[in-house]
Order: sequence, then C-alpha cells, then structure tokens
Amino acid sequence: MHMTRRQALGLGAGAAALIVAGPVLTPAIAAGPTADEALKAFTGGAEAKAAKVTLSTPEIAENGNTVPVSFSVESPMTSDNHVTEVMLLADGNPRPGVATFRFSDMSGEASASTRIRLAKTQNIVAVAKMSDGSFYMDKKLVKVTIGGCGG
Amino acid sequence: MATRQTTSLPVRLAAVAGLAAACFATIAFAGGPNDNKLIIDGKEYVTELPGPEGSPLKTIYSGWRFRNESTQAMQLDDFDNPGYPNVDTGEQLWSKVDGEAGKSCASCHNDASESMKGVRAQMPKWNDKAGKPMTLEQTINACREGNLKAKPWDWESGEMLGMSAFIGSKSRGMPVNVKTDGPMKEWMEKGKKIYYTPVGQLDMSCAGCHEKNYGKMIRADHLSQGHINGFPLYRSKWQKLGSTHRRFKGCMQNIRAKPYEVGGDEFVALELYTASRGQGLSVETPAVRN
Amino acid sequence: MADPKPRVKVPGTAKAGEVITIKTLIDHKMESGFRKDKKGELIPQQIINKFTAEFNGKPVFSADIRPAVSANPYFQFTVKVAESGTFKFTWVDDNGSSYTDEKTIKVEG
Repeated sequence: MHMTRRQALGLGAGAAALIVAGPVLTPAIAAGPTADEALKAFTGGAEAKAAKVTLSTPEIAENGNTVPVSFSVESPMTSDNHVTEVMLLADGNPRPGVATFRFSDMSGEASASTRIRLAKTQNIVAVAKMSDGSFYMDKKLVKVTIGGCGG
Repeated sequence: MATRQTTSLPVRLAAVAGLAAACFATIAFAGGPNDNKLIIDGKEYVTELPGPEGSPLKTIYSGWRFRNESTQAMQLDDFDNPGYPNVDTGEQLWSKVDGEAGKSCASCHNDASESMKGVRAQMPKWNDKAGKPMTLEQTINACREGNLKAKPWDWESGEMLGMSAFIGSKSRGMPVNVKTDGPMKEWMEKGKKIYYTPVGQLDMSCAGCHEKNYGKMIRADHLSQGHINGFPLYRSKWQKLGSTHRRFKGCMQNIRAKPYEVGGDEFVALELYTASRGQGLSVETPAVRN
Repeated sequence: MADPKPRVKVPGTAKAGEVITIKTLIDHKMESGFRKDKKGELIPQQIINKFTAEFNGKPVFSADIRPAVSANPYFQFTVKVAESGTFKFTWVDDNGSSYTDEKTIKVEG
C-alpha cells in the first residue's frame, strides 16, 4: 500500500502530496455494487429505520488497516423475535461490503465486534434484519488518518 | 525505494525541499502522552518513569501512551492482541525438533517460562564468543546454527517473529535492563552517534523527532519517544508483527536516508542505545501500535 | 509455516442461561486482492471468507467475510448457554483449507 504514496511523492508532487494523502487502494480495480446497491440487495428494497442499532466506532482511526467496530441491536433474542443478520458496509471502500453476521436464538444478545480496513474517511453502516422481516440501521463517520512519517 | 527515476534532478530536489518544509510545518502540539494505564490480566505495566541516568528526557513514556484508545485497547487482553497468535506459533516451534542435532529449543532450555524469563529485557546483550553485543534474533540464530545444527531463520520471517515474540513475552512486565558499561560502552557511543546524526535528504535524526518533538503531530502521526520495549510488535500499518530493525529501516526510509543493514552493527548499536533510553520501562512484547 | 493458529477465549464454566462472551483471533494476512507486488502485478486475493461457531453441533453465530476485514481477523460475540458442551469454531480459507478449534464449557444449575 505504501508504494502508492511513495510513487506519489516520487513524482514530485511535494508538499501538496503530503497534505492530501494518496489513495490507499487502487481505484482502477474498484468494481461491484455501491453501498446503496448492497443495502438495497440486503433489504430487498424495504426501508431500514434509523433505530435499535447502536454502532460503535472510533471517531478517528490511527490507521485504516485495523479499525475496531462493534454493534449491538435491541432485541429480546427469543426464537420468535430475534435479529437474524447484521450487515456491515463501508461506503468509501472500493468494495463496500465488509461482513455479514448471522445470529440465532442462542445468541443471547445481537452484538459483535470485529476490526476492519478503511481506505479513507467514510461512513460505516450496520443494517440489522429482524426475524419479522423488518430492518433497522445505524451509521457512523470514521476519520482515517493515513500516511504519517511513521516508517 | 528502488525505482524512482521519473523526474529530473532539480524537480526532485524542489519536491524534497517542499516535503521537508511540509513535515515541519505540520508538527503541531497534540497534548503529549495520554494518562491511560496499561493493565493486562490485572498487572499494571510501567509506562512512565523519570528519565534514567544520562537521559536527556525528564520523563520517559512507553509508546503505548501516545496511541489513541482504540489502538491501546488491542493490547489490554491477550485474546484481543492481534500479535498473540504468533506467540502461540513460537511456543509450538519451541518444542519442535529441527536441525541435524535432533534437538529442539526445549531440549536444552526446558520450560521457557523459567529459562527465558528476563532474556528479552536484557537485549541486546554482550556475547563473549562473538566479541560483540547480540540482539534476540541473532542469539536465536546462533543457537540454531551452533546447537541445533539448523538453518538460521530470516530476520523478518514468521518463524523468527513468532520465536522472538514468544521468548519476549516471557519478560513481559519486567523492566528493560540493558548493560551499558564494560565492552558495551563503545557500542553505546556508536549507537548514540547514529541517534543524533541528521541523515538523508530530509536531514533528520532520531532525536529530531523522538527527543525534541515527541507528543506532537508529524503530519497524521502522534510522535512517541521511540522506545523499543514492545518489540517485536504488531503494527496496523504492517498488518503483522515486525522487528525493531524493521522499524528503524522504515524510519530511515521516511527521512529519505539509505537504511543501514538489518542485523548489521549500526542497527545493533542503535538498538542498544535506544533500549538504554528506555531503561526501566516494562517489556510489552508483543505490543500493539498503529 | 504451519497452518494459521486460531486463538479462542471461552469461559470454562457458566451458569445455565448465562450469556457468555467469546473472543476469536486467527493469524491470517487477509490478502485483499487490491495490493500489488514489487513488479506492479496484483497479488491475488486470499482471505478467510467465512467464520462459523457451533455449539453441540448447532450453528450459533457465523460471519461471511470480505477483504475489508483486517489481517488476523478478530470476532467477539455472545452465546446464551443452557447446557454443558463443546464449541467448534471453523475458519474457511479462499485456498480451500479450513482451520478449526474446539473449546468445552461446563454449565451448572
């Protein structure tokens, strides 16, 4: 990844290149659905209400390679009323899909934590699918600082 | 750093001047280290001390104190620490027979929890046979070649990082305690000279950042004092464990200097001197940084 | 190198109906398919694409994983345990391999 930045510096962009950090990932190979399209595919076009889901992310990530993300969804988690799936999306990555988690009535809580890669400052979206077919979501902005002088 | 011959020399020099200016222009105050406590399994680690004898710093701080809370949190539980699976790899290798002598590390050193306790805290350590100080990596390879009759591992290989992290973890919580007198004196002087000598196209020294400007932001990075008590450590940028010498090399490349050789005398001397600046800080191997 | 090492934390004991927290890690570079090697050639994607947790043979938690999950993938999740038994954790690699780990838990009262 640092090759991109080095190449940018090497081309003589100088100070400007430093302040606007270069892209971490190569945009040319970005393909596939956008975050909106992925969300639509997940919900089947149903509305995902901004409720019940709490997404926790750092306000500023020191490095986009390892950004801790956790979420929890309000639900009794019984056999007839539970969260079945939670999809995580990163709308500024070349491919917005991050992971889809599946829960069961044995989960106890609809919560999980993981660590993700973010190519730049962007929104993280968590969308929960409930056993009754309804959808809820939360969204958080994560600022990603990349490319310091840290060898 | 191999291929970068696309622009003419004057253009490149102008770019370098702009680069250096931008680096310094964006150094800004960020409040120094934070006050969080490093506690793992109920044990508190020493991350702050009055500067040791001979230190130009009034107070020394572990690099952990300069990281933000989400990076810090990854080091608080060995089941959260992304470097810990490699410690497990090292543990497996410890008792695995390798080499023509038909022995494993455990054949001579038995239980690493006993025999390797404190070893990492004293590295680099004087070696009479070699007539010079040796790092943990060099000591491991000397043992492999001399006693196991096995091939040495590459410095940055998964095996070496796993083994050095495993051995290092047996000193976790113990104070860094390198010998600096006797035959080490000459190596300390050599390391100190490297630490303070500006090098590279940006004409920067270790001290320029880690002594005179720690706690400030250099572009997007919060500068630490550059202590090495957590190595080998898991770095987000690397997405894996890495050695002290890898970090030195990366630093030198960023100031656009030609790095010294990994495992060479210059980096061994620099490792010794840098370790001595952090005497008393707890060993954190394998630490987690950004 | 040997297979990637899983590292899993499951409490050894719990009370019936207790919600326990499980932490899992495995060392894997999660090659994203977006990086280039020194010659400028794309390095093919090789990631852990699926993680599953079963308890006494029943699926309790799983994750479909994309390259945006960090190297040495980490998952923390909860399970409500009603009886003693065995957890089985499986990580599926793009190369067709899968890596497993098992932990037992004793549930009282």
